[in-house]
Amino acid sequence: MNVLLDNFPAFRDGFIGTVSITAVSSLIALVLGVVVAGFRVSPVPPLRYFGTAWVTLMRNTPLTLLFLIFFFVVPEILFPGMSPFVLGSLALGFYTSSFVCEAVRSGINTVPLGQAEAARSIGMTFAQTLQIVVLPQATRTVIPPLSSIFIALTKNSAIAGAFSNAELFGWQKLMSDKGYDIVPVFIWVAIGYLIITFTISGLFRLLERRMEVAR
Amino acid sequence: MSGVSVTKDAEDAAPAANDLVVLSNVNKHFGALHVLQDIDLTIARGEVVVVIGPSGSGKSTLCRTINRLETVDSGAISIDGKPLPQEGKELARLRADVGMVFQSFNLFAHKTVLENVMLGQIKVRKADKKAAEEKARTLLDRVGVGVQADKYPAQLSGGQQQRVAIARALAMDPKVMLFDEPTSALDPEMINEVLEVMQQLARDGMTMIVVTHEMGFARSAANRVVFMADGKIVEEAAPEQFFSNPRSDRAKDFLSKILHH
Ligand SMILES: Nc1ncnc2c1ncn2[C@@H]1O[C@H](COP(=O)(O)OP(=O)(O)OP(=O)(O)O)[C@@H](O)[C@H]1O
Ligand SMILES: [Mg+2]
Repeated sequence: MNVLLDNFPAFRDGFIGTVSITAVSSLIALVLGVVVAGFRVSPVPPLRYFGTAWVTLMRNTPLTLLFLIFFFVVPEILFPGMSPFVLGSLALGFYTSSFVCEAVRSGINTVPLGQAEAARSIGMTFAQTLQIVVLPQATRTVIPPLSSIFIALTKNSAIAGAFSNAELFGWQKLMSDKGYDIVPVFIWVAIGYLIITFTISGLFRLLERRMEVAR
Repeated sequence: MSGVSVTKDAEDAAPAANDLVVLSNVNKHFGALHVLQDIDLTIARGEVVVVIGPSGSGKSTLCRTINRLETVDSGAISIDGKPLPQEGKELARLRADVGMVFQSFNLFAHKTVLENVMLGQIKVRKADKKAAEEKARTLLDRVGVGVQADKYPAQLSGGQQQRVAIARALAMDPKVMLFDEPTSALDPEMINEVLEVMQQLARDGMTMIVVTHEMGFARSAANRVVFMADGKIVEEAAPEQFFSNPRSDRAKDFLSKILHH
């Protein structure tokens, strides 16, 4: 019979699972990535060191290892009783934040230094300079790489499935365990991911066009 | 030097309440390059000082140390009796009292002309929006770019942009204005419109430190010319005296070069 129609509730749950973990960890990655990028260009040395350490650590650790740490080490010593969804989102969000940080930082570097100097010379603090003058001008260059980063995040969310999260890729395993033909299963999974990633790139393209109109 | 004697020096200097910007024994290096060497410079309230000197002599660096866009290695800088604080909120507050006009204008590219002049008032001075806009429009009219208020900087000529930059600095009600070669990025026909605004400012009693090679401006607006070479202040004199009868060989040499052009 039709693998999708017969197992639609499970597929739907998987799809929603992937969408939710993608959305939540994207938000974490975005906020954290921008903040850490701010740290990396800050005049305060300890913040800069923290930023560099964060990026080095998160970007160079294999994601699966990060998941293992979050699922087996973090609950043991830090916060017991967090749901797999929260743990998975945190692991994925932290990991991706290092990529977001570097994209934002390279965007910051495209804004002429004179802009920040002018802001500081009228008495803006470092945070104001970044928020009001530099980041808005960096946004345009940051959007295309961010789009790729969030698409990669969507696909990376499959790893969360191996850690007792209901998500799209996990549905595939469920179906093949049930003995369904693997080819249509994979096609449906691929379509599920494509819907999400196309939505993301569409949203970003829209944003990009908006910014062009705005100036 | 002990802390006690430093305090005492400061107290001795206190009677000269007319001194607005005081640099004493300032030194700065860029790596091996000694860009500022034992700079002593005092600028009185209402005084207009023109800084002149060959390229690379440290004029821009001097200007930038006064609002601490560059840090110094040793020596002290104080503005209106207050020494420049470390990077942070307090420094930001002090910077708001020191207007700076750059060679390359540096208007906020993503903000309209009006917003450029309002931004500091709202975010730094915490003025309300309506008052900020009113003041911004008045200032823009004063520098002659009132009709451009809703355009973006890129849509303006260099001369107009620089006048907006002056208005942006003035919007903070600065105690002193620093100008780092404000006209040297401009086409010749736009230089005068900027110089006129600066001349008017000088007549209104603004304290100004101006790095420029515009001798006309120096003669008509400056109280004093400071000649720098190789990181040192070589000569200080009234404009007439400096241009017609420089004492140092460095200044003579320099003037003969720029007068030829
Ligand atoms: N950030 C920096 N790092 C290293 N060296 C610098 C830096 N800024 C300036 N310098 C050097 O310091 C010296 C003085 O520079 P400064 O810009 O103060 O000179 P200037 O008198 O303003 O020259 P100009 O007339 O060309 O503007 C120059 O030799 C310059 O190359
Ligand atoms: Mg210079």
